[in-house]
Amino acid sequence: MADVNRGNRPLSPHLQVYRLPLAAITSIMTRITGHALVAGIVLIVWWLVAAVTSPGAFACADWVVRSWLGFIILTGSMWALWYHLLAGLRHLFYDAGYGLEIEQAKKSSQALIAGSVVLAVLTLIVFFAF
Amino acid sequence: MRYLTPRKTAEGLGSAHEGTQHHWAMTVSAVALAVLTPLFMIVVARAIGLSQDQLLAYFGRPFPAVITALFVVVGMIHFIKGTRIMIDDYFRGGARKAAIIISIIFGWAVIAAAVYALARMGLGAIVVV
Repeated sequence: MADVNRGNRPLSPHLQVYRLPLAAITSIMTRITGHALVAGIVLIVWWLVAAVTSPGAFACADWVVRSWLGFIILTGSMWALWYHLLAGLRHLFYDAGYGLEIEQAKKSSQALIAGSVVLAVLTLIVFFAF
Repeated sequence: MRYLTPRKTAEGLGSAHEGTQHHWAMTVSAVALAVLTPLFMIVVARAIGLSQDQLLAYFGRPFPAVITALFVVVGMIHFIKGTRIMIDDYFRGGARKAAIIISIIFGWAVIAAAVYALARMGLGAIVVV
């Protein structure tokens, strides 16, 4: 036991070097988008509270909402909402026992990414067109 | 000594006696939010760009006010229960307790702020008319 090489043995894959399958990436993205949505809801609720506080408070909040920072937060939140919604619907199917095969999960992951991007682009188009 | 697990302790609610309700609450709020989310997006999209007076009048109307109230209340309860899953996964001991408390207080603070703002806008419209 005295000559055991302790520093150069093969290690089991760690999360940081292990290439996650697409289904794992779309799964963790559900959690990330859900928590990131805090930014969007805080911005909108702050905006609403500012509107009933004073003209000065509203001018400040409204400036942030309409600024490039507000645009990034709200557009990002809008995509995150669509993504989280579609992922949540998929989760309901998972819970019911459907779509759990590896190939099915891969296909639903691709549909999830494509669907959320398409819905987000459509939402932006509708928003700026009307 | 009995080697068999008593079936009644394993059946139904599980060993913690509360995970089932948590999962069911997430399912119900998820279905509600699947409907509320597109409606809330429409409400917010139509509100962006309004002046302060227009915004007060807009959220004084029933549809924007009720959709916003429902979305924020159901959404933040969904958030509180959702962060609980994340906290249980990543935190232990005192940090876990602190994170759960912060998450619940934050969630209800957002709900209270939104409901207060909506109430002021709704009641304000009646007083002015």
